Amino acid sequence: MRGLLTVVLLTLSVAAFAAIGVYEFETPEQEARFKRLSEELRCLVCQNQNLADSNAGLALDLRRQVHTMILAGKSDADIISFMTERYGDFVLYRPPLHAGTLLLWSGPFVLLLLGVVVLGRVVRQRTASAAADDAPLTTAEQQRLEQMLRQQQGEKE
Amino acid sequence: MKARYLIPLGLFAGLVVLFAVGLGLNPREVPSPLIDKPVPTFELSQVHAADKRLGSADLTRQPVALFNVWASWCVACRQEHPFLMELAQRGEVPIYGLNYKDERSDAIAWLTRHGDPYRASAHDYDGRVGIDWGVYGVPETFLVDGQGKIRYKHIGPLTPQVWREKIEPLVRQLQQGKA
Repeated sequence: MRGLLTVVLLTLSVAAFAAIGVYEFETPEQEARFKRLSEELRCLVCQNQNLADSNAGLALDLRRQVHTMILAGKSDADIISFMTERYGDFVLYRPPLHAGTLLLWSGPFVLLLLGVVVLGRVVRQRTASAAADDAPLTTAEQQRLEQMLRQQQGEKE
Repeated sequence: MKARYLIPLGLFAGLVVLFAVGLGLNPREVPSPLIDKPVPTFELSQVHAADKRLGSADLTRQPVALFNVWASWCVACRQEHPFLMELAQRGEVPIYGLNYKDERSDAIAWLTRHGDPYRASAHDYDGRVGIDWGVYGVPETFLVDGQGKIRYKHIGPLTPQVWREKIEPLVRQLQQGKA
């Protein structure tokens, strides 16, 4: 068990190192930016992986591109716009908010609101009917109840 | 029967339609932001002649041209190749190639074996020009006009159907100088 764990941990750390270890930076801050950017950008070949995780040829090339641009002193915004000019918003894991993505961004909140409204209505209906149950019986209801009880007793005898 | 009982049925029908459309789309076809934008400039050596250059200026010299991204290691390129050869033989539109991340010798051997439909192919060894063109899955085919703009992009193997329905009408328009 312990041996297995060691193997698993070793493989994990090697994989994590392999993705970033190839590149050298002048400052730790540059390296942090590189890490953040390659986690924010999507690899277009294996579409559900980011650049940091993917070993596809294109991801490698784009990582190299990000590295070169960081060393050339480009800002994060420069690098992001370089990527979106070529690959579109799809390259971003967090698509920017505009008319085309409005539904995407607001959708969950609209659904949440809808859920709250429906829940509120259901709760109100329940409490209303529960309150009706607790109300004292009307004279007509009282009479019917007594009649039913008498009938039941009559059946037993 | 109350109409409110039809609400879940209506929602379900809506979902069915949504899924039918959504799941029918191809997630690999990411719309390119480069359509109707200027051709990314480049200049590379040619596959067949390392001392000769091929650049964006060559693509936009005529009213309309195809720019096809290919590689010898790309299986789907084999699939579209016979159709590219047919197009080249018809000679309606000049075809240029971008040989993407390939060894020159492999590329030449591939063209010798399967035929060369290209007026010339640029040798993009490290894929840097490919990045500028937003290439992410070979083969890709761009339609470029004489104004220096990208007019259409097709991702994946070029088929006679795509040609007939999407590209040929645009080519005709551009050749007649209407667009």
